[in-house]
Amino acid sequence: MAILMSGNQAIARGAYEAGISVASGYPGTPSTEILENVVQYKDTLYCEWAPNEKVAFEVAAAAAISGARSMVTMKHVGLNVAADPLMTLAYTGVEGGFVAIVADDPGMHSSQNEQDSRNYAIFAKIPLLEPSDSQEAKDFIKLAMELSEEFKTPVILRTNTRISHSRTLVETTERSGERNADFQKDPTRWVPVPLWAREMRVKVEERLGKLREAANKSKANRIEWRDKSLGIVVSSISYQYVREVWPEASVLKLGFSYPYPDDLIKEFSAGVDKLLVVEELDSLMEEHIRSIGIDCIGRDFIPGIGELSSDKLRQCRANMEGQKAPEYPIGEYVSELPARPPVLCPGCPHRGVFYALGKHDVVVTGDIGCYSLGAFKPLSRLDTILCMGGGVSMAHGMDKAGEKRKVVGMVGDSTFFHSGITGLLNIAYNKGNSTIFVVDNRTTAMTGHQEHPGTGLTLQGEPTVEASIEEIGKACGIKRVVTIDPYDIPTTMEKISAELEAEEASLIVSRAACPLRHRPVVEKVFQVDQDACVNCRMCTKIGCPAIDGGNDKPQINDVLCIACGICEQICPKKCIKLSDK
Amino acid sequence: MSETNTESVVLVGVGGQGILLASEVVASAAMHAGFDVKTNEVHGMAQRGGSVIAQIRYGKEVHSPLVSLGSAKVLVSLEKIEALRYSNYLAEDGLAVVSNQVITPVTVSMGAAKYPDQVEEKLAKTFDRLILMDAAKIAQDAGNIKAANIALLGAMSTNLDLPQEAWHEAIKGCVKPQFVELNLQAFEAGKALS
Repeated sequence: MAILMSGNQAIARGAYEAGISVASGYPGTPSTEILENVVQYKDTLYCEWAPNEKVAFEVAAAAAISGARSMVTMKHVGLNVAADPLMTLAYTGVEGGFVAIVADDPGMHSSQNEQDSRNYAIFAKIPLLEPSDSQEAKDFIKLAMELSEEFKTPVILRTNTRISHSRTLVETTERSGERNADFQKDPTRWVPVPLWAREMRVKVEERLGKLREAANKSKANRIEWRDKSLGIVVSSISYQYVREVWPEASVLKLGFSYPYPDDLIKEFSAGVDKLLVVEELDSLMEEHIRSIGIDCIGRDFIPGIGELSSDKLRQCRANMEGQKAPEYPIGEYVSELPARPPVLCPGCPHRGVFYALGKHDVVVTGDIGCYSLGAFKPLSRLDTILCMGGGVSMAHGMDKAGEKRKVVGMVGDSTFFHSGITGLLNIAYNKGNSTIFVVDNRTTAMTGHQEHPGTGLTLQGEPTVEASIEEIGKACGIKRVVTIDPYDIPTTMEKISAELEAEEASLIVSRAACPLRHRPVVEKVFQVDQDACVNCRMCTKIGCPAIDGGNDKPQINDVLCIACGICEQICPKKCIKLSDK
Repeated sequence: MSETNTESVVLVGVGGQGILLASEVVASAAMHAGFDVKTNEVHGMAQRGGSVIAQIRYGKEVHSPLVSLGSAKVLVSLEKIEALRYSNYLAEDGLAVVSNQVITPVTVSMGAAKYPDQVEEKLAKTFDRLILMDAAKIAQDAGNIKAANIALLGAMSTNLDLPQEAWHEAIKGCVKPQFVELNLQAFEAGKALS
């Protein structure tokens, strides 16, 4: 019987069925749930969270070089981090099957950019698979293993937010194809020093030609002949939208979409009067189809910014046909509805750090995680975000540039282990003066609470060593290392002031576990004494969702409050008090 | 069934209200009734107190997991004003089922925005077919306030052509065994309002 599975659950099932022995990755929306689901097969295969995508990629690459089947998972920007091993693994190739799962985020639901990761397959000259639903997401893992082993190449399977987080019906099968690790010494294959790398480089081009032939014949690519006045070339989730908006049109559906199956494209285009390319983000297929001398339309009608949908494509179709699409304007009252931006949760320990930092005229170079939300009002105490780990290195860069204000870097615990350590090492080595905060909430919170090297647990649930952020800081050469409890506001303020005044680099570790993960049971919550309150509204300036300032005087929601006590400490009239629920 | 042979349901609310469980129940009920089903939810940043939407589509063969504007047969809102935000998803003859629970956005708490007044009138003006209900109280009476989402599903269930057994099987499969009975009660109490 078919089971309803998200694309990510299906990829995990695919890893199991396709005989994968090693799966590594780093969390990142929309890819995170893949390894969270792989772990249910831990008695059969090994899986882990690595500190970052580059490490994860290298772990999986080595497993495949040794002959086993392996998989690595990450979000789109993670592949930027892992691009170094990707580009050369494309040269050495693999022995056992290797697939890199990369999850794009068109529309930037939870990301800082909307890069089109298909470019990496073209860049690295390796095959690209793009499923259109959960069944294909699962089946394509097996296909990736077959292609990878037949052509000795790494394979990229590209999913996206709508594939990964949509649930569709999946038929499962049994596990097969498992291979043993048995490394075969052969420096001409595994050592890409120039002497041998030049030979590999030639083979990469030869392989690309053979892969193109395979793509022409692959069952993952198919022509659906219907009415021949319009033919549409499409891949990934856009296939589903096309089937809804142009139900009568012929379709060339590409699941094995790179190298481009030119013969199939030529056959299809010859059979239709007009050729339309529907692709989300970059115009890669369209430009290629034109380059082989086939006329087509695409970007003139299909937007390249943001994600597509049936609604958007209906508008495109109407524009193409000179018609007017039906309109469904937003409701009459939407303009007066208050926005609901994502906010730090009630009782979030980051709030204490932002409150204390808010008392100082500093520049805060931030990073990627829940604390990114500190950029929004009312906290407004985080000034830049670039990439994972960037918060640490950028503080130093701004400082060395001569920024007049003190520059403070802020990074989360998981992000520190990901790529903050090298930035800290740079600050110590190059005699920087930055103050670096590691806001350690003992988990990878934003992506839904994954373990990391500092939590003392592995993905497979085994106790392990807990890396110490303070000891790492000292080992990097940072002399001033302090730890604070962000719920203790007076001490936090005092220690932060002292570190900001120091004439040398310092590391502040703010440590308190994410309450959303541990869900503390609270018997007493805080309440605002309505008689004593003078309505100064200080407590509403920390952006706590439990404090409802929409009334005459602020009130605390006793369901949401977890009694963290930050509001009590900042109330100038001391009228916020503990009371029974 | 609509002309495309696909029915669409939209659930909206605020992160943390149990919208994903409700979505699972609807999808599971459609599966029990023998349909092809697709669902979509946004994860990640939006969960942190943000406005959230879950979409379920079922029919003989479903293509897109996303609901088109103007096509939903039912719009369920777990919070009072969120239904107004997403009203253009509803088909002309569609039904809106709205909980009267108010969750103050942080923009209101800090004085940057105002929670609208006369929401009930605005709901009545926006939706031709509206069930506005005290879902939290119904759930509380059934034994647990957290079953409010299931009470809302009960109220909308009669607007979909899914058999009673499919709903019951779905609830049994989606909630923990010790909560099945109270959720079934909440579902039936919600249904009595329709």
